[in-house]
Amino acid sequence: MEQFNQKLKKKAAYTWLQMRKNKICYLFLAPYAILFTVFFIAPVIVSIVLSFTYFNVLEPPEFIGLQNYINLVLADDVFLIGVKNTFIIAAITGPIGYIAAFLFAWFINELPPKVRTIAVVIFYAPTISGQVFLIWSIMFSGDPYGYVNAFLLKLGIITEPILWLSNPTYMMPVIIGVILWMSLGTGFLSFIAGLQGVDQSQIEAACVDGISNRWQELWYITLPSMKPMLLFGAIMSITQAFNVADVTMALAGFPSTDYAARTVVSHLIDYGSTRFEMGYASAIATLLFGTMILCKNAIQKMLSRVGN
Amino acid sequence: MAKIKKVKEPKLKKRTKRLNRSASGNFGIYAILLFFALFMAFPLVYAINSAFKPLDEIFIFPPRLWVQNPTLDNFQDLFVIMAKSWVPFSRYFFNTTFITVVGTAGHIILASLAAFVLAKYKFPGSKTFFKIVITALMFNGYVTSIPNYLILSELGWIDTYWSVIVPAFAAPLGLFLMKQFMEGVPDVLLEAAKIDGAKEWTIFIDIVMPIVKPAWLTLMIFSVQSLWNNQASVFIYSEELKTLPFALQQILAGGVARAGVGSAVTLIMMIVPISVFIISQSNVLETMASSGIKD
Repeated sequence: MEQFNQKLKKKAAYTWLQMRKNKICYLFLAPYAILFTVFFIAPVIVSIVLSFTYFNVLEPPEFIGLQNYINLVLADDVFLIGVKNTFIIAAITGPIGYIAAFLFAWFINELPPKVRTIAVVIFYAPTISGQVFLIWSIMFSGDPYGYVNAFLLKLGIITEPILWLSNPTYMMPVIIGVILWMSLGTGFLSFIAGLQGVDQSQIEAACVDGISNRWQELWYITLPSMKPMLLFGAIMSITQAFNVADVTMALAGFPSTDYAARTVVSHLIDYGSTRFEMGYASAIATLLFGTMILCKNAIQKMLSRVGN
Repeated sequence: MAKIKKVKEPKLKKRTKRLNRSASGNFGIYAILLFFALFMAFPLVYAINSAFKPLDEIFIFPPRLWVQNPTLDNFQDLFVIMAKSWVPFSRYFFNTTFITVVGTAGHIILASLAAFVLAKYKFPGSKTFFKIVITALMFNGYVTSIPNYLILSELGWIDTYWSVIVPAFAAPLGLFLMKQFMEGVPDVLLEAAKIDGAKEWTIFIDIVMPIVKPAWLTLMIFSVQSLWNNQASVFIYSEELKTLPFALQQILAGGVARAGVGSAVTLIMMIVPISVFIISQSNVLETMASSGIKD
């Protein structure tokens, strides 16, 4: 016991020494760290605590233990639809969007300088223009005025307009398509910026060493030196893929027919803003948070193998 | 002698360009890019066209993509509506510009400072702090809005610009992005500067920030984009402090009759982020050309 205490003391003394030695680091970190604690960490902790309460925003929260979680998993059928949809959307748009973002960034990087800028602008356009995805609701509008319907009617492929966004059969494919179209966002731009850090002389050296095609170059040189950006892109993809709600709510309506386009986050927004059950909404957020952390850890492990 | 020369020459020539690029591969890449570019540019083309469409063309059947008789009616209507508003529109514009500029500048500075020490120094708590930042990135922002509101009202910042600006300073995305890029800065450079007697501050300003210019130019895009489109309707309720997207949103609440004005609004809101984007991207890609020389 005493030995343990002594070890602890030694460790504490060492840590203190290290802290004093790196005083300047804390000075650099402090402004950000203080604001971050106040505006991000504190609210997240409060939300997690709220998930164990009944809280309707007007009255003070009332502790109810795990009741929210039990209701979510056992009694809330709509939530389960949301979970299913979110997993489908995340499983399809996450990986495809991530890989597409990288490939496009890599391809664009090979273009001559002037064309490159134009290409980046065009490929990023769907993300930068804010609510521009609403255009798809006009495209896929259920009446014959919708562009897709008008086009298919003209070609004679269909004889009457399809209710793209209110028929549960078509809803999810359309939504997944639109999300994929928007997915060249944060990751894509950071890859574009990251590809510049790749040392060209290294590639030249590797050519001498016998790397013969661009795929080998990608795997042995470009990817390993992009690892930090790859991790960044991956985590942004997870965040975006699991937090899908804007697009489904705007395109398929809120609530959508038979809840066919319900996602975890639109369920959360439903409870938070329509029913004022913030405790329940927080429980949804906490569960989602846990899932995303697991997913992040798995991907981090996969990325550590890149280039080996 | 002549034989060897013949073999060597083309190889040298190629190496100065790119050794491992095949023409067919290049063609394939161009084809793929062109195909997807059409798809990606489509809504942009649509938005520009609709903004100049007269009302009868907006509701035409079958719908047309290209505008037949371009008109500025939609913009004129928008300005008429704007002129009727009792808070001058320049005020909304100023509000949003102020929030965007101050928020973005502060975010880049604070996030870079923190990212620098997290990436390049080892000190107690550094790893833990960074892990917390990445984790917080994944928590859904919707449920934290109530605790956030309480904190802001405790600080007395509700209904001020600061309720939007100060939380934006500490957004986790910026720190994460900057830290990932700063990790790539070679330690040798920092060591050399230290030997020359440079202080941390000088290393940060003179060495690290110029190298990671592509990173903070990219971060600038993300930040401008989110702040420019921020309606801030929860935290700001005084009419004269409201943001541009919020004011425009109110105009659009007019319904179908405002469809033409709506497309004009969409286009106007896109102009600023896209301009910032183009300026910063051409800078990003320029530094790329110069970084090749540096090596």
